Formats: sequence, structure tokens, C-alpha cells
Amino acid sequence: MSTSALADDLGAIVGPRHVRVAVAERVTYAMDGLPTHRRLPDVVVLPGTREEVIAVIRLLAVLGIPFVPRGAGTGLSGGALAEEGAVLIVLTRLNRILKVDAANRSALVEPGVVNARLSAATRPHGLHYAPDPSSQTACTIGGNVAENAGGPHCLKYGVTANHILALEVVLASGETALLGSPGGEPWGPDLVGLFVGSEGNFGVATRITVRLTPLPRAVRTLLADFMTLRTAGEGVSAIIAAGIVPAALEMMDQSCIQAVEDSVYAAGYPRDAAAVLLVELDGQDDGAVGAEADTVSAILKQAGARAVRSAQNEAERERLWQGRKKAFGAMGRLSRDLVVQDAVVPRSALPDVLETIAGIAARYRLVVSNVFHAGDGNLHPNISFDATDEPMRIRVELASAEIMAACIAAGGTITGEHGVGLDKLRYMPLIFDAESLGAMLAVRRVFDPEERVNPGKVVPVHACREWARSVNPGAMPRGSGRVNPGATPRGQPVLAQ
Amino acid sequence: MTILEKVTALLGEGAVLEAGTDQVPRIAPGSPDAVALLLGTAHQEGWHVRIEGAGTWLPSDAPADLALTTRRLDRVPAVEPQDLTATAEAGIGLDQLRQQLADRGAWLAVDPPGLAGRTLGSMVATATAGPLRQGFGPVKDHLLGVTFVTGDGRMVQSGGRVMKNVAGYDLTRLQAGGFGAFGVIVLVHLRLRALPRADVTHVLEGSRDELTQIAEDIAASGLTPAALELVSPALARRDRWVLAVRLVGSPTLVSADEAGLGRFAKLRAEEAHGFWMRLAEGFAVRPVTFRIGGVPAASDELLDLLQHQVGDEWISAAPAAGAIRWSGDTTVDRLQRLRRTLAALEVPLTLERAPWPVRTAVGHFGAYREGAGPLVAGLRRTFDPGGALVVATDGE
Repeated sequence: MSTSALADDLGAIVGPRHVRVAVAERVTYAMDGLPTHRRLPDVVVLPGTREEVIAVIRLLAVLGIPFVPRGAGTGLSGGALAEEGAVLIVLTRLNRILKVDAANRSALVEPGVVNARLSAATRPHGLHYAPDPSSQTACTIGGNVAENAGGPHCLKYGVTANHILALEVVLASGETALLGSPGGEPWGPDLVGLFVGSEGNFGVATRITVRLTPLPRAVRTLLADFMTLRTAGEGVSAIIAAGIVPAALEMMDQSCIQAVEDSVYAAGYPRDAAAVLLVELDGQDDGAVGAEADTVSAILKQAGARAVRSAQNEAERERLWQGRKKAFGAMGRLSRDLVVQDAVVPRSALPDVLETIAGIAARYRLVVSNVFHAGDGNLHPNISFDATDEPMRIRVELASAEIMAACIAAGGTITGEHGVGLDKLRYMPLIFDAESLGAMLAVRRVFDPEERVNPGKVVPVHACREWARSVNPGAMPRGSGRVNPGATPRGQPVLAQ
Repeated sequence: MTILEKVTALLGEGAVLEAGTDQVPRIAPGSPDAVALLLGTAHQEGWHVRIEGAGTWLPSDAPADLALTTRRLDRVPAVEPQDLTATAEAGIGLDQLRQQLADRGAWLAVDPPGLAGRTLGSMVATATAGPLRQGFGPVKDHLLGVTFVTGDGRMVQSGGRVMKNVAGYDLTRLQAGGFGAFGVIVLVHLRLRALPRADVTHVLEGSRDELTQIAEDIAASGLTPAALELVSPALARRDRWVLAVRLVGSPTLVSADEAGLGRFAKLRAEEAHGFWMRLAEGFAVRPVTFRIGGVPAASDELLDLLQHQVGDEWISAAPAAGAIRWSGDTTVDRLQRLRRTLAALEVPLTLERAPWPVRTAVGHFGAYREGAGPLVAGLRRTFDPGGALVVATDGE
């Protein structure tokens, strides 16, 4: 089938103006938030209803054409890029909050609802959607589900997986499945838990029931500054070991502090500090939260903090947080491009790993800024670079690989919240053996026997030990069964230009 | 060669334990690798294997060629109090594990039903959380990763040992509550809490309606109890229903929350311990135990439904979380009818423990919503292609 014929068929489902074929239109979708990967999709389609999503996926199933679901494209792993020969299904038009059930603290939403919009809509009920990725003003709940997104406040409240109760999903075959239950109890095995974080490989979530969390009545936000990264890392361990679970516990190093303070997001962080910790405590009783804040302040001073200050009002609190949440944007001042890395280490390993990362940055002559979820041990070493400088780009790749290796050696993992996507595929064999990778591929084939949804992501197929295919007649595709986009059942190029 | 002779040759005499009353050979592999060897052989030989832990939760009555017990997998390779993580083999008793953690100032915030010696693997495989689910979430929220052996003897790792991890698909969540249908869990990486410095329980007796309303009010007030459990008179061994509130954490926060409890009576530490222990053990006594999970606002209606269809003698419920556990004596017909009724209300019923004839007729799971059944079946075939593992996932 030619591209124009496919576009016509898709246009008949969603309306011609919601199909993009011109290069100038498609190039918008060639990247996500990570500038090191670029893929130009052949066709972009933007369905506006769940029925249109189902019809589009059924058409692609009949034709045997692979596809990639995409939300706002803020991901940081190259996960929502469509290879040549694949159709990109953009879900941002499915942006309705279908129901807010304040009594049961839940909401039913479409996948294209923007994360921060959901919290804004539920605020009048005294509720919010707790997972708060830094991109929350743009990223969508569907994308959060696909990536199992985190955020600063996930330390206390848990990541996306802890907040998804039920899903309606469309499988590669175009069939729908209802997973979980409105109360959150799994219906049989925990298929919601399995689906969340599957990076689009298991299908498209078209309706999402989320858990809402009461807004805390009392909040204290502390800023502690340290003269060494090590003492800041030790301060983190001291808080956790004391049995205190702050709502958030974030760290920024000097390079990050400077970038923020030079930007319009200047938060009043001390410029000469080697690191600052942003600690937030919340609860329902003002006196108790205040007392807990005093305890944390004493712990941090004992751990070596030069000063600990508490935000005196909401405006100051917002300013402190704005610096943290806009840190990635502020780093745009440092260089043309930025790789936001993501890895997790045991909390107690933070001081050593941060020193190792500093050594790697020096060796490769790169600027690495650290801004991360210290309470979870979830690092974000951000490498500033210029993508047009090829030798520098190679140094970035090598440094990234060494940083990952250092985190794995410390007992950690290669991604805590950004996902594997394309970017971390090569690291998967470093943490999973061939049998375990084979198990993942086998599970994927239960949902998508032809591996047509978001092909080439998450599991490096070449590194897998082969598992027998579990043939499921109910989910058998009706198309050619070929992942190869180069041929259709009729032997024609799928998407000839 | 008999099966027993083959297994003895494979794993040594030390792995062969005394058979149960049904004379099915009971094999206790001494390492995860031995589990893989045994299941790989079972797959090749076409043996049917039932999975057992300490034998204190599910009855050891499934028809099988041999019983695989995890009870020799009882090591705790790592406890990291600084990081609040631990790694433990699946066969360790929860009582032993708790003690080892407490010695290091750490705490696993799950209080599943059953006897104290119930294994960690049993708790994970059946995803049986207890009253602490109110404050600390279901079993899956306490897992960082698991290692499991499939029905054809493949050893698979999922997750890791750190707080956040999205590398690859979350097979850990599939195993938590899979009842062993997708493999035998051999090793578990746990997320811990610091041993709470304050841990108090307050109780209030009253009518069910009155206490349900009070539970809702407490949840709405912003109090964050670790447990907020409504217990039937028979289970609580009291004259009336009991609402128990457990508060844990720093003394400051606990005292602040206690101040909001009003008419409740505070239990002494040993009374509180006894109360929660009796509650947990009660569910290991009656022949059938199941759980249902609805939306919080439906708790009262669901309790009425249970009372009407199966009686309400032994019930423990978290009205604010919509979770209800029932235990008693009932029939296959009643369970099947109840599951159908609940399914129409979008409420799943998970059969947690029952004699084999009931398990196999009713299934741990069933009455799936649209499109989920084929996925469960496909996953089952993937992880146990030869059908070696005897697990009654779906009823007849």
C-alpha cells in the first residue's frame, strides 16, 4: 500500500486533517525529549476518540503495519519514535477527564489528559494526582502509564504504577481488554501492574482509572546547602535511616545551581554551595509536620549542612520548587543540547557514585550537572553538549555508558523513571541475562504476537534466549504477521514514498 | 525408576522430606538452581508439581506427582538498613524474617493473614496483604524484584534491588498474586521501612453501620492510619463489631493522630499484638478464605451482599480501601454465584484458600472482564508450557 493510500484510509477514520504526511509536519514528531535519537515516521495519525483509536489499530492490524503510540513526546528515552515503515498514533486529542469520583478518590481519564491539568481539575475536591514528573505541565497520563513515570513527590506517594487502578487497553489486534477494577484490586493476576511501564509494547491505553490523593493540609519546604556532594549524600541517608519519609527529597549540584540561578527560574539557591537539598514534609497536622521539619533540620545540620532554611510562605515554596522543576530548562543556557540521564543506585551509594560521575565527566571533558530524586537514589546526571560536534557527541555516548556501568556496579539499575526506549536497549543485557530478557519478549508476544506495537524498543531481541511462542488464537493477528515494514501480504512496500 | 528415585538422584537424599497424608513425595530443593533443575526435569518427564511453602496457608491437597516445598530456601542474603532493602529467599518464615529485620532496625510493613511461620513466598505468590494495606499498600508495593523459576525450569530475574526501576517489563507484579501459575518464586527483593518508633492501636466497638461511617469519617478527616480495619464479632472474639485503628511512625505524628480519635480505647502493647495476631491467624482456621476489592463507597453494600449470600461471621474489612476478606464454610455453588454477582458490580473475588475440590471448581480467579481471559491463558502457557504446575487459576 502506498503512503497516500494509507493516509486516505486513515483519513476516512479520523478526518483528513488529522493525518500528517508532509515532511514538514512529520518532522515535529521525529524526536522526543532526548536529542540523541531521531526517527521520521512515515505517517502520523491523530485519532480523536477511543473508537477512532480502535478503528485505526484494526486497519493497521489488517495491513500488518507496525505502529507507535505517542503522547506529548516529552519522554527521555527515544521511546515514542516511529521507525521508517511505522505509523505514529498521537493520542493528545483524547484529552477528556471523563469522571472525577471524589468519594472514592479516583478519576477516569483519556490518555491524552495532561498530568498537571488533572491535578488542577481535582484540586477543588481537595485531591490531586500525586505522580509529578518535571514535565507535568506537558506530559500526558497515557505517556506516564507507558513509562511508569515518577517525579519528586514519588518518594512518599509512589510512582505511576501505585496510582493506576484500572485500564481499558487496545491490543495490537485491535481487540480491547479491561484490566484491573475500579477499586484497584487486580482481577486475577495483576495485568495493570504488568501493563504500566511496558512502554507501549503491549498496546494502547484508551481509558485510565487513576487514584487521587488528598492534598496535604500542612507542608514545610526546607533548603539545605552543603559544601561537598558527599556530605549532602550522607544527609539523605541520615534522613531515611531516621525513619522519616519526606514527601520529596531532591538534590542539585553546583553546576545545576549555577544554571538555575543564572536563569529566569532563579530560586535563591546559594551559588557557592557544592550541593543543595530540597526537602519537603507534608501531612494533615501543622504542628506535627512542623515538628518533623525541625527534626529533619537538626539531622541535616548534624550531617554537615552549612545552613538549613525553611520557606516562609507559599510564594517562597513555589520559587524553590520552580528552580528544581525548571532545572532542565535552565541548563539550556549551558549548551545547545542536553542529555538527561537516568539511573538508580542504593541510597547509601550516592556519595561514592556522585564522585565517580564527576571523575567520568572530567575525563571526557564534559559538563555534567546533577539534579535528582536523592531520596529514591534516582540519579539524573545531565550532560550538556553540542550535537553538531561529532567528536563531542561520541564522548557523550562513552561517558553515558560509563555512568551506567558505575551505577550497575553499585548495585543499581539503568533507569528509574525514563524507561528503556531506544536509548537504554544496549544496557539491558548488563542487568538481565538472556533468559530473563527472553521472558520479557515472550510476555510481549502474549499481548502482541507480531511485535508490531512500538517495535524495536525495551527488549534487545538479539540478546534474548528464545522462548517457545505461546500461540493465542484469540489474539492472532489478521494481517501478514510480518514485522518487516518492507513488505505487505501483496509483496508491496508498505509505505512507499 | 520411580519419580522419587529420579529426584533423589537429581537433588540428593537431603531434598526428600517426609510425604504428607496423601503420600505425594515432598521435595525440598536447597537452592534456586535446584528448583530449576527439578522443574526442568518435571517438564521433560511430564510430572505434575504442586507448590508448597511451610504448608500453613493453602492445604497440601492438590493432586500431583510431587510436591515442591520452598522451605529449605530460607536464607536472607542481604539486609541493608541504610537503604531500607533486603533480599530473602522465598521459603523463609515471615516470623523469622521479621526478627532478622527488627534486629537491624528495619520493618516489612505487611501483615498477611495466616500463621506466624507462613513463608515470604506464600505471601508474595498469593498477594495476601493484611490490615496494613491501608497505610502501606498491597503486597506488590513492597517488592523491588523477584527471581522465579518457570514451569519448564527457566530461572528469570525481574526488577532489581533499588527503590525505583523501570528497566524492562514489570514481571514482579505478574508474580505477586499469580498463585504460582507463572512460576515458583525463589528469591524476593524487599522494600522496607524503618522500625517505627511509635506503634499504637485503638479500638471501638459498635454496630457495623456505625463503625463503617466512623471509618469513612476518619479517612475523610485526613488522618493517615497504618490500619483502619473493621472486624466482625466472631473474628474479633467480642460481642460487637470492632473498628481498629493502628497508627505507626514518629512519636510526634502518632500523638497528633491519636488526638483525633475521640471515643476509641487504646490497647496496651501486648493487647494490640494479640489482637492483630488473632486476626491474622483466624483466616488460617476456617476452610475457605477469599478477598474482594471494591470502591470504598461501596463497602457497606458489599458487606450486606456477603452477609446475604455467605454469612458474615468471619470478616475483616478496610472500608476506606474497599478491601474485604471473608472466611468460613461455604459451597462451590455459592462461591460461583457470589463471584458472578460481584463481577456485575465490577468487583473481583479472589479465592485465597480452600480445599482442592473447591479451588479447582471455583478457581483463584475468574469471571474476567472483557479480553483479559485470553491474556491470562497466554501468560500461563508462556511460563508453564507443559502445564507442570498444579494451580487452580480458573474455575471449571
